[in-house]
Amino acid sequence: MTIAEEKNPPVKLPNEPAITPQIVAEHGLAPDEYERLLKIMGRTPTMVELGIFSAMWSEHCSYKSSKVWLKKLPTKAPWVIQGPGENAGVIDIGDGQAAIFKMESHNHPSYIEPYQGAATGVGGIMRDVFTMGARPVANLNALRFGDPEHPKTRHLVSGVVAGIGGYGNCMGIPTVGGETNFHPAYNGNILVNAMTVGVAPSDRIFYAAAAGIGNPLVYVGSKTGRDGIHGATMSSTEFNEDSESKRPTVQVGDPFVEKLLLEACLELMATDAIVAIQDMGAAGLTSSSFEMAAKGGLGVVVELDKVPMRETGMTPYELMLSESQERMLIVLKPGREELARKIFEKWELDFAVIGHLTDTERMVLSWHGDIVGNIPIPPLVTEAPMYERPWTLTPLPTELDAAKVPAPKDWKASLLALMGSPNLASKAWIWKQYDHLILGNTAIRPQDGDAALVRVANGKAAGHKGLAMTSDCTPRYVQAHPETGGRQAVAEAWRNITAVGARPLAVTDNMNFGNPQKPEIMGQFAGAIMGMAEACTVLDFPVVSGNVSLYNETEGRPILPTPTIGAVGVIDDIATAVGARLTQAGLALVLIGDTKGWLGQSIYLRELCGREEGAPPPVDLAVERRNGDFVRGEIVGRRVAACHDLSDGGLLVALTEMCLSGGTGATIKLPKGAAPPHAWLYGEDQGRYLVATTDGEALIEAARKAGVPAVHLGYSGGVNLAVEGLLDVALEEIRAVHEAWLPDYMNAAV
Amino acid sequence: MKSAVLVFPGSNREGDVAQAIELVTGRKPAMVWHGDGDFDKVDLIVVPGGFSYGDYLRCGAMAALSPVMAEVKKRAAQGVPVLGICNGFQIVTEAGLLPGTLMRNAHLKFVCSDVHLKVETSQSLFTNRYQAGQVIKVPVAHAEGNYFADAETLKRLEDRGQIAFRYCSANGAVDVAGNPNGSINNIAGVFNETKTVLGLMPHPENAVEPLFGGTDGKGLFEGMVEALS
Repeated sequence: MTIAEEKNPPVKLPNEPAITPQIVAEHGLAPDEYERLLKIMGRTPTMVELGIFSAMWSEHCSYKSSKVWLKKLPTKAPWVIQGPGENAGVIDIGDGQAAIFKMESHNHPSYIEPYQGAATGVGGIMRDVFTMGARPVANLNALRFGDPEHPKTRHLVSGVVAGIGGYGNCMGIPTVGGETNFHPAYNGNILVNAMTVGVAPSDRIFYAAAAGIGNPLVYVGSKTGRDGIHGATMSSTEFNEDSESKRPTVQVGDPFVEKLLLEACLELMATDAIVAIQDMGAAGLTSSSFEMAAKGGLGVVVELDKVPMRETGMTPYELMLSESQERMLIVLKPGREELARKIFEKWELDFAVIGHLTDTERMVLSWHGDIVGNIPIPPLVTEAPMYERPWTLTPLPTELDAAKVPAPKDWKASLLALMGSPNLASKAWIWKQYDHLILGNTAIRPQDGDAALVRVANGKAAGHKGLAMTSDCTPRYVQAHPETGGRQAVAEAWRNITAVGARPLAVTDNMNFGNPQKPEIMGQFAGAIMGMAEACTVLDFPVVSGNVSLYNETEGRPILPTPTIGAVGVIDDIATAVGARLTQAGLALVLIGDTKGWLGQSIYLRELCGREEGAPPPVDLAVERRNGDFVRGEIVGRRVAACHDLSDGGLLVALTEMCLSGGTGATIKLPKGAAPPHAWLYGEDQGRYLVATTDGEALIEAARKAGVPAVHLGYSGGVNLAVEGLLDVALEEIRAVHEAWLPDYMNAAV
Repeated sequence: MKSAVLVFPGSNREGDVAQAIELVTGRKPAMVWHGDGDFDKVDLIVVPGGFSYGDYLRCGAMAALSPVMAEVKKRAAQGVPVLGICNGFQIVTEAGLLPGTLMRNAHLKFVCSDVHLKVETSQSLFTNRYQAGQVIKVPVAHAEGNYFADAETLKRLEDRGQIAFRYCSANGAVDVAGNPNGSINNIAGVFNETKTVLGLMPHPENAVEPLFGGTDGKGLFEGMVEALS
């Protein structure tokens, strides 16, 4: 095809409907957005062109409501190789190696079809990581479900967990960590946030920017079918009672094919054949071809009739908008087609040259020789809608006076109730369905520490380098005060990496919110970003990748604002890392950090008093950093036997978790002059760690020198958990309720 | 000991077992692609874990008919030792090298967890480093590990000492609590009649290093080295 031909207006296909205001509205384009489209095109678009604009300008692909805010996040540090804007973020982890990671939501599809929605969420995020040249080393996921009593919750939990396991297990990538919460605000919109961490040589990273006029555009992977058409648009609107009818917009995953695709891509990446590579995720062929050309400042011709198709009678419109899974788009160096074809044929995958790059900065779509779409690329990017939506910040609620919160009448009953409550109960039922041990590198397993820890072979004989990873957010804090909540989510992720002895390096964020057209929701988003930006700056913890999921509302009811933070850190020698398990008697238990007894927005207040009120615990970032740096130093210096950060449920819950996971009891005593015992034991003050050590005195002395508050509470030992004068309960009794809740709930007859 | 590890397109624990073999022997095994009908002479053939060809049909059913398995069957008949782990156990069973079958777990879910195994005999090239009755801790990770054989076959297996490992509780009791998948008689691994073929669902290859799951699985590899070198 010559360039002259490329400038021809497209032909109209037989049976193509006329573009009416109704069709425009069905494509999710607002009237002013359609005006903008007409101005760019200078004529009425064809259906496939309208579909492309609709996908590219959807909230999901364009970030039109969030972009102005996302720019406020710090994204740079000396160890950042690639920040936001590529398929995933890339950081330097030493030894010529890079960690490549990102977290992404698949909320809307998972609610409509939980198994496939969650499975393809995992598949999609893994492709984002291996498309950059990394072999995935671990997966994590953050799940939020509705009220356990809601009629759909059990079905959603069952499907989502099976879907995540089904995909990750077959791929052979361990699923090593995550979090699961329940809250009625998620009744109509669950959250499925999946994260993948991969490792690549730092000089062998692959990017999406196309280059080289005339270079072949190659399609590999599965054939294209009719699944997932309009997925990106569907994810950019609220749910209503018709949402069930959107099931056909959910994609269907094939993890076996993705495994083949992973191996084939890595094999091709080991050659010098690739110029650029991009996975086909949301908006499939549209966004992948568009982004590659746009990033390279080039044009592209796509011969749609050459796309491998799963069924007959597919139209250009369907081919461009299908979200069929397990597909990649590659720009090859000229003459490397046969080399690449052989690799993909060995792995029994489709391989087709479907077009080439041009210098026209236009996307030209051809169909059996006719041009059916012809769009100028730069204006679609530069003229894309971007909104500074009105926003109202949530005011800081009044501080709750701990003295006005009733103490438990029965201490043992209070602890049992908390440890057996949906949010604190053991999630073993979930993570045992995930292969968390495959590859033989898992050093800290789920529930054994604050962060998962995975070995990264670095070719050195001595010591095992490890990557620590975690996912965190406390949505009730964010709801109460988004700035504090945003700050806390980042601080807790940093703390969790620190608590195993690793150096926190960088963050991926998954921003899950309601309808941004409501000022109070936009205000939640703005506030969370402000808090996160501040925390990331003070903690030297840049954001390198992320994803935004808006319109998580049903019938006008929004979710709790949930900016999930995925974080990665590094440790030079896994032998120096610690978990949270108390495995031996006679260890001194030392509390690091200041305790005022903050009960506002605590789990105690919510679960035992039925109240969600007050200001969330404040986060002093300077203190956070000081305390964390001290604890990490003690761990790496091998003066710590176990460590656990204090979060939901405060000190007593943290201690109980350490006892349960390690199978050793403990006895502690409240310090003199402490806050009311229930505030002291269940308060959720930030920046704290519970540390077990063989030499308590030395630790306290070291803390004193570092200006870090530390108090010796007691010792490990025995088979009971005791707080002098308040509580003495057998661990096995706690374990029974802690481990029973989720399996009992899932097995209960509906 | 020269060994070969088969690689199907959906194998995913081939690296784990290769790493374990290298750790113990100091020597990398040959990785043999599923389409290859022939490969070098070796002392041990390993069929690793994973999802062979996706296993959307009965696990291992297609892999059992692959070119490489035809060769494995031939060599097994000549007495070359074969170790099938997890999906490999399913494949060698489907291929008829071992009796019985692996059904969907009784609870119908994938299970990944450490389990305890009771070593039934030390009288084999695979288990000579263990004591009969010894309890070891290794992980499982599967959805179809529920071993079943008909009464007659089961009796034959039991009578001839062809049970290699049984799931048990930490104290060694062979009970329901220690059984992760509903396997009949808590069977976790079985031998062929000559004890030259072993199939097991658990993953000893993921228990060979102190920092990564313990070392209880190492004995299996050390035992094979001793017997086959």
